[in-house]
Amino acid sequence: MALDDSKREFRFVGTRPDRPDGLDKVTGRARFGADMNAAGMLHGAILRSPHAHARIVRIDTSKAEALADVKAVVTRADFAEVPFKPGLAGEVWNVLENVMAGDKALYDGHAVAAVAATSALAARDALKLIEVEYEELPYVTDVNAAMRQDAPVIREGAADFSVPDDMHPNVVRRHESGHGDVEAGFAEADLVIEDSFETEATHQGYIEPHACLGQLGKDGKGELWCCTQGHWIVQKTCAALLGIETANLRVTASEIGGGFGGKTTVFIEPVALALSRKANRPVKIVMSRAEVFRATGPTASASMDIKVGMKKDGTITAAQGEFRLQGGAFPGAPGDMTAMCAFAPYDLKNVHQVGYDVMTNRPKQAAYRAPGSPMAAFAVESVVDELCRKLDLDPIEVRLKNAAREGTKASYGPRFERIGLVETLEAAKAHPHYAAPLKPGQGRGISCGFWFNHGGETSVSLALSEDGSVQLMVGTPDIGGSRASMALMAAEVLGIPYENIRVTIADTASLGYNDVSHGSRVTYASGLATIKAAKDAVRKLSQRAAAKWGIPEDAVKWEDGCAVPSGPNAGDFDPLPLAEITAEMGQTGGPISGHFEATPEGAGVSFATHIVDAEVDRETGATKVVRYTVIQDAGKAIHPTYVEGQFQGGAAQGIGWALNEEYIYGEDGRLQNAGFLDYRIPVASDLPMIDTVIVEVPNPGHPFGVRGVGETSICPPLAAIANAVSAAAGVRMRHLPMSPPRTLAALKARDA
Amino acid sequence: MSRVHVTTTVNGDETEFLCDPRETLLDCLRDRLNLTGAKEGCGTGDCGACSVTLDGRLVCSCLVLGVEAEGREIGTIEGVAQGDELHPLQRKFIEHAALQCGICTPGILVAAKALLEKSPDPTEEEVRYWLAGNLCRCTGYDKIIRAVMDTAAEMREAV
Ligand code: FES
Ligand code: FES
Repeated sequence: MALDDSKREFRFVGTRPDRPDGLDKVTGRARFGADMNAAGMLHGAILRSPHAHARIVRIDTSKAEALADVKAVVTRADFAEVPFKPGLAGEVWNVLENVMAGDKALYDGHAVAAVAATSALAARDALKLIEVEYEELPYVTDVNAAMRQDAPVIREGAADFSVPDDMHPNVVRRHESGHGDVEAGFAEADLVIEDSFETEATHQGYIEPHACLGQLGKDGKGELWCCTQGHWIVQKTCAALLGIETANLRVTASEIGGGFGGKTTVFIEPVALALSRKANRPVKIVMSRAEVFRATGPTASASMDIKVGMKKDGTITAAQGEFRLQGGAFPGAPGDMTAMCAFAPYDLKNVHQVGYDVMTNRPKQAAYRAPGSPMAAFAVESVVDELCRKLDLDPIEVRLKNAAREGTKASYGPRFERIGLVETLEAAKAHPHYAAPLKPGQGRGISCGFWFNHGGETSVSLALSEDGSVQLMVGTPDIGGSRASMALMAAEVLGIPYENIRVTIADTASLGYNDVSHGSRVTYASGLATIKAAKDAVRKLSQRAAAKWGIPEDAVKWEDGCAVPSGPNAGDFDPLPLAEITAEMGQTGGPISGHFEATPEGAGVSFATHIVDAEVDRETGATKVVRYTVIQDAGKAIHPTYVEGQFQGGAAQGIGWALNEEYIYGEDGRLQNAGFLDYRIPVASDLPMIDTVIVEVPNPGHPFGVRGVGETSICPPLAAIANAVSAAAGVRMRHLPMSPPRTLAALKARDA
Repeated sequence: MSRVHVTTTVNGDETEFLCDPRETLLDCLRDRLNLTGAKEGCGTGDCGACSVTLDGRLVCSCLVLGVEAEGREIGTIEGVAQGDELHPLQRKFIEHAALQCGICTPGILVAAKALLEKSPDPTEEEVRYWLAGNLCRCTGYDKIIRAVMDTAAEMREAV
């Protein structure tokens, strides 16, 4: 059977058909997390700590339990002791501690108890009757303050071996990497700039709050419906937290109303199951928006020091950075990834980076689109911009001169395979945007960005029906149109129309393990698995044709949806279409399916270059983005419209991060802006159209050349906008967001 | 608390429900009438995911009490298509890929429909300001604005 392993000519891939779930989503029919009900269902609500850090002395739930409407109350005592199973300590314990506080409440919003009642209002009323006695403790919410020797300790013993003994116990991980001799490199430079930068924590800001419906019986068997980026991780974690066997919990992923990394763990799901087990009825929990802000994954905040040396001709001689990331009351802030991404776009002889993961009294950080990389790019690309300005060099030419290419030893260690950074820079240079005249008061900024992309554990199953239609089951929730790309890839291999393939996000009982939809892995890994599963089916279809014709299997090839005799048998028989083979499959050996399970390792890294024009209002300090262009390497765009959508969405989130969004903590250690009114994400009237250029430098690790596209798009905007603001207003903004008061203060300081 | 009986018209059909006087119209639509097309993104009037029309006027149903529906006419996303005939906005949203996750889509469609009924030939700026109360976190709005503008053009040609 002749099947090209890597394909470059396509019939379906690269077209732009309607997405299969479009109709459900424009008619209101699609079922999201909060849209499911069950007979006899109760409503759950969670009581949260009002303190940033406090010992829980006593919880008295008796008054709430006495209410007729209340059917169950749970506290930490209702969860399993972790580790319940070998190998599940560590992160699972952290998740448990986050889901329901143990001895201490560690941040404002930390869950301490929960009730299930006959209505949502009754549940909320009952929370008011739960009495919690707290002993308030000193707290810290700032990353630099948390590293000082006199800082309150969040938890002793959370640090691992990577942290030197003389550091504060709040520093829990340290990463160091690089190569060459940076001191020698700085000595060669004509200009060295050293500067410090800060970014505030932001929230993923998905419009759908976390929601779930759980049922767990006394027999340890349960069902869970929830909005998640990955239901197998929910299954595994909930089972561990409740002390049941993984296979006894079936988890179904609802449609998901945005995630961006924030729905890759559990918050309310184990609570609903614990309440259900106690009440012996299904329990639904839906978070309020304030709960989403106070208790679910903001990104880490960062404090960073950067030093870069450059020659007059633009050659970078050395670069170093220190990145301190605050990730809330648990280990996990991406100090390592921030450091590794920082200088990745550059081919450097001398580079050194250190990253720290630091705990504070804030909610446990969660991944947010390329965790760590946007902050690092903000700091590094601001310094590179400043060097270009001082040395009077074109920022694109300087980046081209120093760009990482195939074979470059990456700043974080490995050698790059075929990558597309240079192609994005060339496309930026040639783009009309780069040459367009600017109006007075406007400035232009550019920045590059980098993300690793990810493979991850993946299972896909593809079942053929008698009439030749195909059911494709994947295990990665569809966050942004991935059903369409899966169907396109299957259609490409099978040679049958896109419309004949129905893609389902299978539940945990219907398919093997799948990692979450994160790391820009879906089109890469589930896509690769879909292609391999379809090839597996084609192999079986070809066998049936070979048997029918009485010729060897390897004398059959698959062309345009048909088995075709080849080699010495070429032309002996008419092509046999897929549907004719499946029509007879009951008599010729039984059902035909294709499967694939693996952990693909060939996710290709990806780069982007963004160009932005901004203007700054000198009176209010408000910055407006007036033109925006995203140029990114997608490897191969399976459904180009949805690739553009990822580029645009990432850019818009980056614009919000750069200009407005931030977690604001008061002196009392409490979050001051837990709502969309005060935590302001971009609205339609804030933004211009966002132009896109899809660069395609195929990833050698994917049969069709796919690289993930979801995350890289959020890496350049912070720096690109800061650079545009610097060009427009002559102020270098070192602290994000560049909100009007901060920019106004910088303008005033400059003029003073 | 004792429940209140409410008689109202939803998408042209007369209907009735019992609700707690504290329940919002959004709660009543979703939990009492099982019309889950309108979504709750914030519950405070900031996201527009719960957009419906009340006697023809665009409102955030999370800011209206269920009891206020008495004797009024409610329009929700479930009533935007006529049978199996999609509204041009719904068709164009699919065609332009103006949705990624789709959670904002019902609210945006209801709001955009209200705009085009008032203003059949809106400028881009008008569309952007009209939809400024409808948050979308996935798309950056580009394809949404294009889909609305394209629908308006098509509907103008059709008359
Ligand atoms: S839910 Fe009504 S405006 Fe957000
Ligand atoms: S498509 Fe996800 S919020 Fe708009």
